[in-house]
Amino acid sequence: MAQRAVAITAALVLALLTLGPIAAVLVRSGGLGAFRPGDLEALQFTIWQALLSGFFSVALAIPVARALARRHFWGRSLLVSLLGAPFILPVIVAVMGLIAVFGQNGLVNTVMAALGGPKLDIYGLHGVILAHVFFNLPLATRMLLQAWLAIPGERFRLAASMGLSPWGQFLTLEWPLIRRIAPGAFAVIFVICLTSFAVALTLGGGPRATTVELAIYQAMRFDFDLGRAATLAMLQLAMAVIAGMIALKLAPAQGFGTGRGRQVPRWDGRGAVPRICDTLWILAAAAFLLVPLALVVLRGFPGLMAGGGMGTWVAAKHSVMVALASTALCMLWALPLANRRGELLSVAAIAMSPLVLGTGLFLILRPFVNPFSMALPVTTVVNAMMALPFALRILRPEAEAVEQDFGRLRSTLRMTSLAWLRLVWLPRLRRPMGFAAGLTAALAMGDLGVIALFADPDRATLPLQVYRLMGAYQMEAAAGAALLLLILSFSLFWLFDRGGRVGADT
Amino acid sequence: MLTLENLNVVMDGSALTGSLSLAPGRRVAVLGPSGAGKSTLLDVIAGFRLLDSGAVGWSGKDLTQLPPDKRPVSILFQDGNLFPHLTVFRNLLLALKPNGRRASQEDQVRIEGALKRVGLAGMSGRTPGTLSGGQQSRAALARVMLQGRPIILLDEPFSALGPALKAEMLALVREVAGSLGALVVMVTHAPADARRFAEDVVLVAEGKVHLPVATAAFFANPPEAYRDYVGTSQA
Repeated sequence: MAQRAVAITAALVLALLTLGPIAAVLVRSGGLGAFRPGDLEALQFTIWQALLSGFFSVALAIPVARALARRHFWGRSLLVSLLGAPFILPVIVAVMGLIAVFGQNGLVNTVMAALGGPKLDIYGLHGVILAHVFFNLPLATRMLLQAWLAIPGERFRLAASMGLSPWGQFLTLEWPLIRRIAPGAFAVIFVICLTSFAVALTLGGGPRATTVELAIYQAMRFDFDLGRAATLAMLQLAMAVIAGMIALKLAPAQGFGTGRGRQVPRWDGRGAVPRICDTLWILAAAAFLLVPLALVVLRGFPGLMAGGGMGTWVAAKHSVMVALASTALCMLWALPLANRRGELLSVAAIAMSPLVLGTGLFLILRPFVNPFSMALPVTTVVNAMMALPFALRILRPEAEAVEQDFGRLRSTLRMTSLAWLRLVWLPRLRRPMGFAAGLTAALAMGDLGVIALFADPDRATLPLQVYRLMGAYQMEAAAGAALLLLILSFSLFWLFDRGGRVGADT
Repeated sequence: MLTLENLNVVMDGSALTGSLSLAPGRRVAVLGPSGAGKSTLLDVIAGFRLLDSGAVGWSGKDLTQLPPDKRPVSILFQDGNLFPHLTVFRNLLLALKPNGRRASQEDQVRIEGALKRVGLAGMSGRTPGTLSGGQQSRAALARVMLQGRPIILLDEPFSALGPALKAEMLALVREVAGSLGALVVMVTHAPADARRFAEDVVLVAEGKVHLPVATAAFFANPPEAYRDYVGTSQA
């Protein structure tokens, strides 16, 4: 059948694009002998920062999720939705915001200086962890909150009627839940942080704060030592595969569901102390997320009004093109692969780091063309691959439901594949496709990964442009470009998501 | 002639066996306890369920290995007979143009005619969600009419409708099937429906497909397996 052929082709292309670069890296790899002393430190740092990031994200998420689960206040559902925003927030924008709060001349240091306290330095291990917690605290909070709200209200009623003490209730209802969800959340965040590149690039660096991904980049970019880059890529690959397998075992079924506005009626936590504690946690979490973003917007305005700096608009044009092309490619891939096997295949692709893929593609392309001239196409392909697992996770249940609901009707009508695709499948999947396309576009728009490996000054994307402006200490222009990036990312997401919703409510 | 020879289908825990032949143009009710395999029997005829052994044939042609879309069969399901996002017109057009092409002048005339026959004249622009349950059933029946296939299968299609509406629909099916000369096989729970609609009754009970019996004779002297299922008072 034609459909089957399409699905197999899509799967083969994906497999080829995943395995090809790895094969290229393997062939090129200089063997373990090419390690340098610094590489072991990079490995240690990578694991250590990922452990700490996972730990702090989950530990802090517990009180926040608990407070959100049992309090009802104005703006609660908005805050819960906002917890999903970091997922599509460009890393470089978040880093700008965090620097504005915690950096040399940031808010915190200004207050500290006025109080005569010590000066904070955001660069290094704690900066990397801070940024990782910024991104993953909301993720952990959403995972926990979802589980928390799934506790049936009857249990809380029973606990209330039995007169359990707060501690007793925590032990019987909440602690088992934390024990069930927290390890999975930790594992997922650990894996995400293992392959962290942009955060390490901007806030880490130096011998004591280099991740393996960053080391690959440095080997390629500064030393042009392809053998060493290949070896490091193998190391990264092995690490990601092992950690990914562990995470798959531990992870809860739903990684990032839609935020629930639901509220379970609760009878506990009525005293003044728990009230104040919960309020403080919620305020602290909201401030931690919102203040950096607010500062990006505030500080970005002057820069954006002044024209955004040299090359910013060209970079923005590149980024929008890359984002749109990645989205189209990702959707073309996702539609035939929206089933169980396809999802497993794409998870294999996520275990791969973009830098490893980039290195491999670089090695493959080099004999034929100047790889730097291929920067934007390669970025497009890698971004589409990286977004594919998320797109499939959104599309697969819906695609299977359409098949389930209308497959028999299709047979009895003798509909052709093309008619089915055009008249039923695509219209029925409009909403999830809009959402998935929005995520893909925003992720591709904000990506600062493989482009850093390939790019020359003529082919920068907007995130890379922000990074370069920061490196050149043109802070006003950088802030302007960061604001532009933020606006474009969120707009693309909104446009696609909205496009899927309009008129799709039958 | 629709023939089922030495049919054997393994269902979870049990099996469905039997032989059957039904003449073109007959109206046949399939009765029996839930879970006995009534719907499985329809699935076998429609091709949604492949046989573990045995054969299905239609006027000398072997259907056993044919996929559902190659069989001379149209079906009314319990629900989901229309695509909810397409207008009634578009839904019916799919019966004439399974490749999704545009309607020709002739198609338009045929669709409007079919809608008129089922009492939905002027409703072609509506989506199914804006129709009542009875109207949706009528639209689905118009679809079956346009498909014009020699075998029509009904899987408890009107069970969500009230008694009066249901009787009306059965009369309409009878009329449509009569005009097509089609064999109708209807799965039902209600003996009254069988009495009103069917010429023959096929009992499916205890994993066995029984031979068809004329409806009057069936209810005058119900087989024991049927009496066990309905209880003596109703039989």
